Amino acid sequence: MFRLIKLIGSSTILFVEELGRFTDFLYQVIKSIFSRPFGGRDLIKQLEFIGARSMSIIILSGLFTGMVLALLFYSVLTRLGSVDLMGSAVGLSLIQELGPVMAAIMVIARVGSSTCAEIAIMRNEQQFDALTCMAVNPYRFVMVPRFLAAIISVPLLTAIFNVVGIFGGYIVGVYLKGLSGTLYLQNLIDKIGWEELRMSVIKSFVFAVIFIWISMAKGFFVHFEKGVSGAEAVSLVTTKAVVASAIAMLFADYISNSFLI
Amino acid sequence: MKKVSLEFVVGLFLIVGLSAIVYLSVVVSGISGFGSDGYQLSAKFENSSGLKRGAVIEIAGVKIGQVESIELDSETQESMVWMSIDSGVEIQDDAVASIRTAGIIGDKFIKVSTGGGDPLVDGDEIIETEPSISIEELVSKYMFDT
Amino acid sequence: MSSLDSALIEVNQLDASYGDRQVLKDINLTVNKGEILVIMGGSGSGKSTLLKNMLGLMKPAAGEILINSMDINSVNKSELLKLRRTMGVAFQGGALLSSMSVGDNIKLPLRQHTDLDENTISIMTRLKLELMNLAGFEDLMPSELSGGMLKRAGLARAVIMDPKILFFDEPSAGLDPVTSVELDQLILELRKAMNMTIIVVTHELESAFTIADRIAVLFDGEVVITGTVDEIKNCTDERVINLINRSPRKVQIDGEKYLSRLTKGAK
Repeated sequence: MFRLIKLIGSSTILFVEELGRFTDFLYQVIKSIFSRPFGGRDLIKQLEFIGARSMSIIILSGLFTGMVLALLFYSVLTRLGSVDLMGSAVGLSLIQELGPVMAAIMVIARVGSSTCAEIAIMRNEQQFDALTCMAVNPYRFVMVPRFLAAIISVPLLTAIFNVVGIFGGYIVGVYLKGLSGTLYLQNLIDKIGWEELRMSVIKSFVFAVIFIWISMAKGFFVHFEKGVSGAEAVSLVTTKAVVASAIAMLFADYISNSFLI
Repeated sequence: MKKVSLEFVVGLFLIVGLSAIVYLSVVVSGISGFGSDGYQLSAKFENSSGLKRGAVIEIAGVKIGQVESIELDSETQESMVWMSIDSGVEIQDDAVASIRTAGIIGDKFIKVSTGGGDPLVDGDEIIETEPSISIEELVSKYMFDT
Repeated sequence: MSSLDSALIEVNQLDASYGDRQVLKDINLTVNKGEILVIMGGSGSGKSTLLKNMLGLMKPAAGEILINSMDINSVNKSELLKLRRTMGVAFQGGALLSSMSVGDNIKLPLRQHTDLDENTISIMTRLKLELMNLAGFEDLMPSELSGGMLKRAGLARAVIMDPKILFFDEPSAGLDPVTSVELDQLILELRKAMNMTIIVVTHELESAFTIADRIAVLFDGEVVITGTVDEIKNCTDERVINLINRSPRKVQIDGEKYLSRLTKGAK
């Protein structure tokens, strides 16, 4: 019993310490956005890595998500005789919830893991020490381009996911199930308002901040992991970063739903 | 073959992403909403429960407009609904606007049955209305009547 | 402490620790202008920690480090940045940024801190690469270089801004003898050509004796002796003699403790 309390106590302290470190990290990153010189070239590189190269999986997963949604809603709505609502059912589910969440999960899996591992290896190879000794701010030089690229890319990827998903729903609804195409789109147009779209953009923006923050900070502080070092530490923080990003993202999703709906 | 440059790939991504956002915005604002080629009519309902902004207005099953805003008329304690009607559609002063439901769980919409009087113009009111039909009220009405 | 006016770096009563474990105890050290000081010690002696403290990468638990008579832990940020531009650091594994080519790595300090045009930067970079026998490797990525090349590329980056002070962490660790001798010669040449003050951290005796003006021997977080090569060779301290003769540490075996260590956990 005593050991349990001790364990809870010590892990709480560790968590609070980590939260403090991470908060300072985020503060440094945001502060460094406004410091010169601005790495435009690095931003483009990261936009390519985070945004452009995620497009294919976003389009694929968006298409399938939309198609699955259409199948599910078709079977439910036909039983209730309200199959006319198909367009708005698919569209609202995508734009409000599944678009931001699924796009974020895809990006976390692809970008969060590799960003965390890359930064952790940079730390292990003393690359941050080298930058500091060269009087180059590592936050500005390494973190800011990734941070900006993530918060630009994820909302755009979410929008692509939404559009492709709506199109996927159209394929299933209209070509496979024989609904009227104009009805599907008209219902969608009638039911979706600025609130839903704004929510989609805000959510994806928040998710982007959360995931890139956690992934970068986990890697940056790899040397704080107790009892592991080297390659083992890198693999450990990478796993932790992906899990923590996904959970924090879903938690933020719940919070934003309860605030915004 | 020429290697695709970094800038091209990033530019392509930004174009696709931004056009996705633009597409969604168009869907949101509604294709018919462009250029505001319609006129406004109002109608007072005893009860507009379930009716939402953006709800469809139909004549004979054809969409002719949508609900712009719903507010409470403080004088009569009735629901004041502003509708945007597509231009070219005529609604007469003796038309009846009634709130109906599509299917069991379907959306509320406003059904307009036309009459034979003078056409209404921008800012006019449809006088005759039928409120939302609530099942509870129907049931209680029959119970007390018999 | 004899010639205070020429002291470039002073370490006074420095203590450092990781958590509860104290790794440096009461370190006092002076580096004079233009000299090559070698910090020598076995693994775990705290020499890397001392280097980290001198570079300002780690905050000491107690004591102070003065560079140019400025306490690097209390000086304001812009002064520290200015100071760092006059210092070059060559890390153990080179610490080149893995996302950039070797050339871009070496150009980085110039691009960040100077307004030189791209042509001048390229020429300066090639000059340093020639000096390090790395001509033609500009466009390779760090992952394509061998360990010795990485170290030399790291050194090239460290000296690109013509620093007044150069820190070099383990120049010969993990290198074959020939390459390691070449690096020693390079260090001597650098001092001659650019009149740098050089601090080298190493555990290699040969290399230390070749390049050093003075050597500080670190043992279990304490400076055992600081002196010229001859003074170190003639030192009578048992620990230093052991280090020079490469004889293993004598461990006093306590019979009972030894037995309990071996049987720990057994029933």
